Amino acid sequence: MAFTLSAEHEKIVDELIARYPTKQAACIPVLHLCQRQVGWVSPDVVAYVATRLGMAASEVQGVVTFYTMYAQHPPGKHTVWVCRTLSCELMGAKTIQEHLEHRLGCHAGETSADGTFTLKKAECLAACGYGPMVQIDDQFFENLTVEKLDALLDRIARGETPTQEETAWYPNAAAATTSGS
Amino acid sequence: MPSYQNILSNRYTLARSWTLEVAERAGAYQQARKALTSMTPDQIKAEVKAANIRGRGGAGFPAGMKWGFLAPKKEGQEVYLVINADEGEPGTFKDRTIMEKDPHRLIEGCIIAMYAIGAHKCWIYVRCELVLAIARLEAAIREAHARGFLGARPFGKEHALDIHVHPGAGAYICGEETSLLNSLEGKRGEPRLKPPFPAVKGAFGMPTIVNNVETISAVPDVVAMGGEAWSNISLLPPEMKDGGTRLYGISGHVKRPGVYEAPVGITMRELIYDFGGGMLHPDRKLKGVIPGGSSTPVLREQDKVEAKDPKHPLNKWHGKSHLDVPMAVDTYRGIGTMLGTCCAIVMDTSVSMVEASRNLMKFYAHESCGQCTPCREGTGWLANVLDQIAAGRGKPSDVDLLVDISNNMMGNTICALADGTAMPMLAFVRKFRKEFLEAAEKGLPQSARLDEAIRSQLVRREAA
Repeated sequence: MAFTLSAEHEKIVDELIARYPTKQAACIPVLHLCQRQVGWVSPDVVAYVATRLGMAASEVQGVVTFYTMYAQHPPGKHTVWVCRTLSCELMGAKTIQEHLEHRLGCHAGETSADGTFTLKKAECLAACGYGPMVQIDDQFFENLTVEKLDALLDRIARGETPTQEETAWYPNAAAATTSGS
Repeated sequence: MPSYQNILSNRYTLARSWTLEVAERAGAYQQARKALTSMTPDQIKAEVKAANIRGRGGAGFPAGMKWGFLAPKKEGQEVYLVINADEGEPGTFKDRTIMEKDPHRLIEGCIIAMYAIGAHKCWIYVRCELVLAIARLEAAIREAHARGFLGARPFGKEHALDIHVHPGAGAYICGEETSLLNSLEGKRGEPRLKPPFPAVKGAFGMPTIVNNVETISAVPDVVAMGGEAWSNISLLPPEMKDGGTRLYGISGHVKRPGVYEAPVGITMRELIYDFGGGMLHPDRKLKGVIPGGSSTPVLREQDKVEAKDPKHPLNKWHGKSHLDVPMAVDTYRGIGTMLGTCCAIVMDTSVSMVEASRNLMKFYAHESCGQCTPCREGTGWLANVLDQIAAGRGKPSDVDLLVDISNNMMGNTICALADGTAMPMLAFVRKFRKEFLEAAEKGLPQSARLDEAIRSQLVRREAA
């Protein structure tokens, strides 16, 4: 079952290639695009990207294994990354992680039995002032408590998509409205 | 809260500040227009040099000098501008605020910088985890294109400009400039040997300037005020050549963690007690503070500046606590640490320094790219030895082993990740040796959990 991109995505690949002096430079964004379509970087994806960008499959595989954000196995429906680095751990990252392990019944790097959540540990996600925090799929959730996290996971399990709260960088800042773009 | 003027972050609090409409009403792109229509590249370069911007990405290298290293363009060569937005140093979370709150400021900075160095293409390398930052930057670039601020004739000038966002894929090392360039070229992000420096042979083999987000975002203000005036915002004397205003981050055990703007040269005490609102728990004192991202050696309040010699640059602060020394690149070097990214991690007396260093060493072990043996092995061994100590399987000689491993890593690798691991490790052991020896003999009590103090409630601190 060879991997193919949708016609719409193929157009995006052409645009990406046009941005750089070399075809290979599009490798990282194209891998992201493929991963968005199928959820992970399968051997078929590697073969496709290699052919499309004129690279050796081993070169593409080398890129995939170097970085942390490419899933090399099919993940659950959602991925939860818990930041474990110092600022977050000072504010309770371990408690958050233990709670997640307990709730999901799996360790970091594994997927819950019902296939809903994959649990991962992340290194510093640049939210140090607002820890503890998790990244769920592509949203940051900061200033967590166990209750807040539970409410989030309940909503996601029900099929809702909570969005990243706008964190007030200044404690006294008026919270701006939230919307991605 | 002390009141310094917000210059770099003056648009942060506007509703929908990331849209062109709001940013432009508040003055965005006026400086780009002025630079492209009424200044020569050399004039801009002179202002940036006069501004004494010390690189905001951690190394503190003078930005104006870096631009000066650019190799003269040869026939058939291009010059590139690359923005380092791979913010991943533990404790550091300031660049994200620019990209999410005021992306147009960064783009305006890019426009002026590209014109000044003769570049037509710019890539902003953002770590892919920052989805919101990437979305806002891309939207801002589209808006700027639509208004003719980018493209074939920006502001009517015959100098085509093009900016693209390049996502990373999760690697701390890609914040190192040559590793970032490899990643930009679609390769594994392994650092390159220097020389040749990027300014001579960088992205795709062409002369390239790599600057941090905050460094470039300061450029519009430099053009607006003039380099010298911008430099004089700094609280330091002009001969220190460390100018301007900058973003300070503060996290950990303080009441009001966050990102604040202040002139260069405020003290750590001001940052913790005025901006950060003081210690989170009034009954627990400050034990240590990591001043500028995890690679910078930890500071203690009881350590005093040793600079008796009147010629010593720090003589003015002789005998004062390290917390009372102005935060600047050279002053901090003088007290044996680094200013780094200027984002502090504050730790109170509940924190085990063995556990804190173990947390950071695990980070470096995970993030070492593996290209150089001293770093690949060294970072792993530091984490392993600390694991043994924490688990009660250590022995006193392990503490010396930590020092030995660190010393063997320093200066023996292609990039500075090994030094950035060894330096904080050595400082932890030097300043908290008793604690390490005790742990090596007895192991860590269960209560050494870093979050023990707030585990029971995990309730948010009160809003200011």
